[in-house]
Order: sequence, then structure tokens, then C-alpha cells
Amino acid sequence: MLSIDRLRERFLSGETRALAQSISLVEDSAQEAAKFLRSLGAPLKLPRVVGVTGPPGAGKSTLTARLALSLLERGEKVALLLIDPASPFSGGAILGDRIRMHDLAGRTDVFIRSLSSRGSLGGLSAAAIRVLRLLEYCDFSTIILETVGTGQAETDVVEAVDTVIVVAVPGLGDDVQAMKAGIMEIADIFVVNKADREGAERTARQIGAMLSLQERKQLLPVPVVQTVATTGQGISELLQALDKHTAYLTTSQELEVRREKRLQKEFDAYVKSLLMDNFLVWARGTKEEVTPHGRHGAAEIYERAEQLVAEYYAERTGRNAEEN
Amino acid sequence: MAEEKRTRVLVAKPGLDGHDRGAKVVARALRDAGMEVIYTGLRQTPEQIVEAALQEDVDVIGLSCLSGAHNHLFPQVVALLKKHQAEDILVVGGGVIPDEDIPFLKEHGVKEIFTPGTGTNVLVDFIKKHVVHR
Repeated sequence: MLSIDRLRERFLSGETRALAQSISLVEDSAQEAAKFLRSLGAPLKLPRVVGVTGPPGAGKSTLTARLALSLLERGEKVALLLIDPASPFSGGAILGDRIRMHDLAGRTDVFIRSLSSRGSLGGLSAAAIRVLRLLEYCDFSTIILETVGTGQAETDVVEAVDTVIVVAVPGLGDDVQAMKAGIMEIADIFVVNKADREGAERTARQIGAMLSLQERKQLLPVPVVQTVATTGQGISELLQALDKHTAYLTTSQELEVRREKRLQKEFDAYVKSLLMDNFLVWARGTKEEVTPHGRHGAAEIYERAEQLVAEYYAERTGRNAEEN
Repeated sequence: MAEEKRTRVLVAKPGLDGHDRGAKVVARALRDAGMEVIYTGLRQTPEQIVEAALQEDVDVIGLSCLSGAHNHLFPQVVALLKKHQAEDILVVGGGVIPDEDIPFLKEHGVKEIFTPGTGTNVLVDFIKKHVVHR
């Protein structure tokens, strides 16, 4: 067993492996995470947090690596959080984003961590958000979070980061089918990657047209940047757009508003997980079977859930009354 | 919620050979056994492998080498881990490795060598048996 106090000491001294082990701790348990984060106090200076999302195969990893390289070149300290899907059957995962990050391999000035989505929907696990919070205590200037490949409705990323980059590619269908609602609305910056392919110009135009029709998320217009991540074409434009957005967030009130909103969400999520944990401990300790086995209709399952929760509250109220 | 520690494995290909079919088969088998497998792709230096292992907080490094340079590369990975006080990370190897090289590799800190034809379940069982969650 790791000693938590010792781990915190090593974490605060900036040791790479201690950061890595702290991430595991925070990833594995919400309550351990809360304890560990609390013991660190408040972070000194919040880093910029950028989310990269988009459909599978759009080039998110390659683009993320390129972006990281340009940030490093100008002396930034960068952390990358790369999320890949977990198997719904075994719970295991193959985390392969590093394959596209060959140019960053072995560098000690960039911290790269691959995370499994561990079964969450929406492209982002609660665990990943906790890891993000932990990284805020290190002196990274920019953290880039790359989501799993997303489709139309996975918009969780917007709640965890300051700036959302949505990556599209040419040829996803005539009307940018794959990005109709949802993901279309969360972008602060649009990238049309693989812009050396036929139809890139058209895709960019369609996205621009769509953006002009929808209600704006912010005052700053959403730019559409064309890139070829494999060659680096368009990366400096992307970086410019990113810096512009960062400046916009800090000069307007927008950054505070977004951070406030995401803390609200995290509060809700943590309350849910605390209540659920508490309930499960009680249910498993007192009932022979929590969810009824065998063939049951939905109605029976709902009834069982309501009955158990009612019993749980009744018992708690009784206990509190005795204590008082 | 009910969260648990998952075994994390780095599957790495040190050196210059360009074949990773075996490494991919191993990665899949470990995933199907519920582990989180980080695959870093071809042509990694021992330094790159060890840096990735530290950042990813893995329990195991699986090295695959088909080029014949295993006697050089595998011990180097072990030595670098030691240098970073990370010798608790389990190192295993696979690939085309002649039987007579195995004792040498084991002497140099590689815990086990899995040669072609070994069932993936043997590897899974070995990892399950030897990884003690910290």
C-alpha cells in the first residue's frame, strides 16, 4: 500500500512517477480523490484546459500531438489526457493514442496519460474530470484533454474544459450529418482536419453556414480552421485561434461563468456517487439480494427500487432519532 | 461508485523491427482479461518506454522484440527502471527469443519470457499471479 502522506509529499515535489501514482489514486476512487485534493488546498494558478473532440478517425490524436509540440516549442509546460473507450464486456481497454504521439515520446517536458473511459457515456468519465482537477495542482500552462471518438450527442467535454475544439473531416455526409445538433453547438473552435482531401473546402463552408444559423454560445465568432495534422499544415492558425479564445475568456466574464457551471455539475455528480455508495453498502449489508434475480418486468424492478430506498431512508431516520 | 483498481500494462516494441502482430494479439488478450493496455507503437527506445511506463503508472511492461536485439534492449529497460526507483514494475518479454538466451534475460531482471506458441492465457495468468496492487 502506498502511504498517502508520502505520496502527497512526492507529488508536491514534482516527481513524475508520484504524479502518475496520484492520478491512479484519484481515478480509482471518488472518495480518495476528494480526500487527496482537499489535502492539497487550492491550486495556485489554474492552467488553460482545452478539449479536443470529434468522430473516431478524424485525427484527434495526431492533431493533439501537433498542438502540444507547438506549445512546447514556445516554452509552455503541457499535459495531455487521452481517453480511449473501455470494453463493455471485460472492462479492459486498449489505450492506443500514444501511437500517434511518436514525436513526443520520451520527452520529459510533456506529461502524457492515457485513461480508459471506464464505461461512461458522453465520452468522458467522472474519473477523467477528477484527474483534470488533480493536474491543476501541477505547474502546467496548458492541459489538453482528448475525448474518445464521439458522434452526435456526446457533449460532456464542454463541461470539463475552458475551450472546446471540435474536429471534423471532409466526406462525413452531405450536410455534416454526424454533427447535427449537440456536438455542433459545443465548439469554440472548429477544425476541418485532413484538409488535403477532396471536399475540405465544402465541409468548412457547410460548418460555417450552420454556425451562422445557430444561436451563439458566446460573443466571439467560432472560427473554422483547416488543418492537415500529419504534415502540420494549419497548426499555427489553430494555435492562433486557441490563443484568441483564451484571451476572450479571460477578458470577458466567460471563464468564471464556465468554471462556476462545471463546479455545479461536479457537485451534483459527487453527491450522486456518495448517496449511491452509501445506499449500496447498506443494501448489500442488509439484503440477501439487492436487485431481484430471474425474469422480472420493468414494473417490478422499479417497485423494488422504490421499496428499498424507502426502507433505507426509514432506517436512517430511525437511527438519527435515536442518536438525538 | 463501486470503483476498483485495474491492472495497467504497457505493451512496447523496443528496437527496429516493424512487426507488431504479436504485440497486438497480446494487447487484445489482456484487454479481454479486464486490463488496461497502453500500446505505444513501433520502434521505441528503452528511454521512451520507461518514460511512458512512469507517466502511465503501469504495473507491468510487456516487451516484444523480433529483431534479435533482445539481449541488448530488455536489460536496458530494466536498468532504466532501477535508475528511476521503479523496479517494482514487472517486466516480461516475448518474441523470437532462443531458449539459450532466456537465463541471461532472467538474470537481468526480466521476470518471464513468452516464446511463440505460448497461449495468451498463460501470460494473463502470470500477470494476475505476480501483480500485487500497491
